[in-house]
Amino acid sequence: MLEIDAISKTFTVDRKAVPVLDRVSLSVAENEFLSIVGTSGCGKSTLLNILAGLEDASDGTVRIDGRPIRGPGRDRGVVFQGYSLFEWMTVEGNIRFALEKSDLPAAEKSERVAHFIAAVGLRGFERAYPAQLSGGMRQRVAIARALVYRPRILLMDEPFGALDAQTRGMMQELLLQVWEDHKVTVIFITHDVDEALFLSDRVVVLAARPGRIRREIDVPLPRPRAFDIVTEAPFMALKREILTEIRAETLRAMGQEAGA
Amino acid sequence: MSRRRLLSLRRDIPAPIFAAAGVLVPLVLLGLWWGVTALGLVRPLFLPGPGDVLAEGLRQAREGILWADASVSIYRITVGWLAATVLALPIGILMGNFRLIEGALEPLISTVRYMPVVALIPLSILWAGIGDGQKILILFLGTFFQQVLMVMDNVKTIDMNLIRAGQTLGFSNREILTRIILPAAGPGIWDTLRITIGWTWTYLVVAELVAANTGLGRRIMDAQRYLATDTILFGTLFIGFLGLLTDAAFKRTGRLLFRWTRR
Ligand SMILES: Nc1ncnc2c1ncn2[C@@H]1O[C@H](COP(=O)(O)OP(=O)(O)OP(=O)(O)O)[C@@H](O)[C@H]1O
Ligand SMILES: [Mg+2]
Repeated sequence: MLEIDAISKTFTVDRKAVPVLDRVSLSVAENEFLSIVGTSGCGKSTLLNILAGLEDASDGTVRIDGRPIRGPGRDRGVVFQGYSLFEWMTVEGNIRFALEKSDLPAAEKSERVAHFIAAVGLRGFERAYPAQLSGGMRQRVAIARALVYRPRILLMDEPFGALDAQTRGMMQELLLQVWEDHKVTVIFITHDVDEALFLSDRVVVLAARPGRIRREIDVPLPRPRAFDIVTEAPFMALKREILTEIRAETLRAMGQEAGA
Repeated sequence: MSRRRLLSLRRDIPAPIFAAAGVLVPLVLLGLWWGVTALGLVRPLFLPGPGDVLAEGLRQAREGILWADASVSIYRITVGWLAATVLALPIGILMGNFRLIEGALEPLISTVRYMPVVALIPLSILWAGIGDGQKILILFLGTFFQQVLMVMDNVKTIDMNLIRAGQTLGFSNREILTRIILPAAGPGIWDTLRITIGWTWTYLVVAELVAANTGLGRRIMDAQRYLATDTILFGTLFIGFLGLLTDAAFKRTGRLLFRWTRR
C-alpha cells in the first residue's frame, strides 16, 4: 500500500549539486515491518523525511493506496533521530498533544493516552517532565506519541541509536509487542544489522553516494521472536549475508573516496 | 576531597565549597584594599579605604540623595529596557522564523550594533530633547540591537525536529509558532533578557552624561569634577550591587517559569 517510486533527491551545497538519493523504489505491504540499513550519511534520514512529507523529493513520487502524498499527514507517524519531545509538557501532555487534532470525545482521548502510556511501560510517570526521564523512557514517550493517533504507517529514524545494549534490547521487544498488538506498517532505519534482522520482515541495504538500493533481503524467521533468536543458525546466515553486502559497499565507497 | 578532585575538568564540586569560593575571592580583595589603604601605601585621593566609601554611602542614604538617584536611574533603566524588549521580542522572533525578514533586517541591525552609543548622544538630544526621554533613548539604543539578534538566535537554534513533529501531528504554522517554537525558545529568550538588562545597566553613565541633575551615573560624573574618589567608588559599587540583584531576580523568576528544565 506504500509505494516509493523512483525517488531522487539532490541538495545544492555551495552552488554544487550533491545527489543524495538516486531512484529509490520500494513497495511496502500493509503491516509489514521493513528496515533500512546503510552507512552514516547515505541518505536514510532524507528518505524518511520525504516519506513523512517533510521534505520534497527532487524527482519521483510516494503513493499511499495509489494516491501521491502531499506534505505531512496524520496517516503517518514519525519517531525522529534524537528524542524531540516537547520538554515543557509532561509525559501525558506530550502524548495528549498528538491527539489534539483528532475528532474524538475527550473521554476516549484520555482512555487512549492511558492505554499507550501503559503499552510503553510508563505508568506512574504521567506527570513527569522529559528532563526527568532516562534516554530509554524518553524514546518510549516518542513512540507512544507517534502511535496514539493510530497512523497507518510508523516511520522511525534510528530510534534506539543512543541507548545502551540492555535498554536497546528491551525497547526492541517492546516495539515488536506494540507492533503486533496494533498492526501498523513500520519503516525502521538503523545501522545495526542485528536490530534490523530481529525486528523485520524485510531488510533493505542502501548504497552510499548517492543513496540507492543495493539489496533487499527477506527475513523468514518465525514470529513471535525472542531475543535468543540472534544466536541461531538461520539468523547468523542472514546476518553474514547482509554484512557481506555492507562490507562490499563500504570498500567501494572508500575506494571512491581515495580515487576522488 | 583531594585537590585533584576539585580541579578536574567539568566535575561538579560540593555546593558549600562552590559558594565559599565565591565569597572568599571578594573578601580577599576587600582585605587587600583595606590593607593597602590602612598602611598608607596609596594616597586617599587615588584610593580611599573601604571605611571611607561606606561612610560616603551612609551619608548619601541619610541625606536622601541615594534614594533619589537610585529611583530616577531605575526608572530610566526599566523604561529603556522594556521599550527595547517590547520591540526586540516580536522582531527577533520573526527574524528567527522567516528567512526573508532575517535577510531584510540582519545587515542593517548588525551595522548599527557596532556604532558607539556615546557618538549618538548629540543626535539623541536633537531628537529627544534633554529630558528623561533622551536618557531612555540612549539606554534603548544600547540594548535593542544586541537583544534583537540574540532573540533571533534563540529562536533559530531550537531543534528542527520539534517543528517537524508539529507538522506531522497536523498543526498549522501559527499553532506551531505559538505552541512549539515559543515555549521551546522560552528559556533561551529569558536568558537573553537577563543578560541584556545587565548591558542596559552598563549604559547608565553614558545615558546620564549630559543634561541630567540626578541619577546614579550623574552622581559619579559630578564627583569626577571634585575628585571625590569615595563618591565615584561608592556609586560604581552600588550600580554593581543593583545589577547583581536584578540578575538574581531574573534567575529566580526563570526557575519558576521554566520548572520543566529541572531534572
Ligand atoms: N538540508 C541539507 N542540505 C544539504 N545537504 C544535506 C541536507 N540534509 C542532508 N544533507 C546531506 O545528505 C546526505 C545524507 O544525509 P542523511 O541525514 O539523510 O544521512 P543518514 O543516512 O541519515 O546519516 P546518519 O546515519 O548519520 O543519520 C549527507 O551527506 C548530508 O550531508
Ligand atoms: Mg540520519
